[in-house]
Amino acid sequence: MSVRIGVVVFPGSNCDRDTIDALALAGAEPVALWHESSDLGGAAAVVLPGGFAYGDYLRAGAIARFSPVMRAVAGFAAGGGLVLGICNGFQVLAEARLLPGALLRNRSLRFVCRDVTILPERLDSPFTRAVRERRPLRMPVAHGEGAYYADEGTLDALERDGRILFRYVGPDGAPPVLPDDPANPNGSLRAIAGVTNAVGNVAGLMPHPERAAEAILGSDDGMLLIRSLVESAAERAAAAGPVRVGAR
Amino acid sequence: MSRSLVEFRFAVNVAPKPGILDPQGRAVEQSLPHLGLSGVSAVRVGRRVELTVAAATEAEARAIVDDLAAELLSNPLIESYGVELLGASSSVVDGSSVPDRRA
Repeated sequence: MSVRIGVVVFPGSNCDRDTIDALALAGAEPVALWHESSDLGGAAAVVLPGGFAYGDYLRAGAIARFSPVMRAVAGFAAGGGLVLGICNGFQVLAEARLLPGALLRNRSLRFVCRDVTILPERLDSPFTRAVRERRPLRMPVAHGEGAYYADEGTLDALERDGRILFRYVGPDGAPPVLPDDPANPNGSLRAIAGVTNAVGNVAGLMPHPERAAEAILGSDDGMLLIRSLVESAAERAAAAGPVRVGAR
Repeated sequence: MSRSLVEFRFAVNVAPKPGILDPQGRAVEQSLPHLGLSGVSAVRVGRRVELTVAAATEAEARAIVDDLAAELLSNPLIESYGVELLGASSSVVDGSSVPDRRA
């Protein structure tokens, strides 16, 4: 029995199919959750995929935040459910205040679409547990508003509490130094590429792990993050409900 | 329920908070020398949203606009906003027949 993982589909989502494919490849049973749906179909974890939800009008993620499915996602997150936001999904979670900070217009003003390298800060989170060794991971970014911003106090607290999940680094793993360092594709403060909430069950990142899920795509580093989520969700589902033999 | 409502026209002016990097403002500023302009600085690019609110009093209408501005039109982490009253309809409208402006 594989674990059911919901993938939210907003009008304007465009990475939902890739995310569903990657989750299936990792052994999950992905289900699409339409934005007007107010329940999560029994999913053990939820992914908010990339795209341009509601056209990104006003601010990226601003309008998606008020959709019925987001009310359900917020309730699910409050109950400890695993929620992962990728790119536009991260922007939606930040706008919904389920994650700290905001994603601003890229420092360059350009839409950036290329491979980047990120370094996981923690390997003990539900979203990184399958990474196993701390090394730079390569996967693409594709966004116009990805510059992570939070005030200094919040940034210090995130560092202190180990809530920075990923940082942009150079291909060799070296941290970017200057604000315009090409290793930091969007000018994110402290080169932050992904964060978690205080409890650690909600995470967001700008890079696209689902676009680096198979070697034929140029990198399968992203699969480690997808697999982490599937493993964590399966473990939680097994702990919560009736367990069938061979559930994992 | 039917009560007399006035239509108030507002503008909500949203701007990036001081200290927040505003690459759009910077790009505009960097273009100024091409226009032969000097002495213009601190350009910040925001957005302006105009809307009409039907309410019994101006205070009531402002409260609605304030909520909307703080919840949706701006992100208080990175943007500040100001509310500007542009005008009010001279005739009162009946609350039961407020024109539907959703379309």
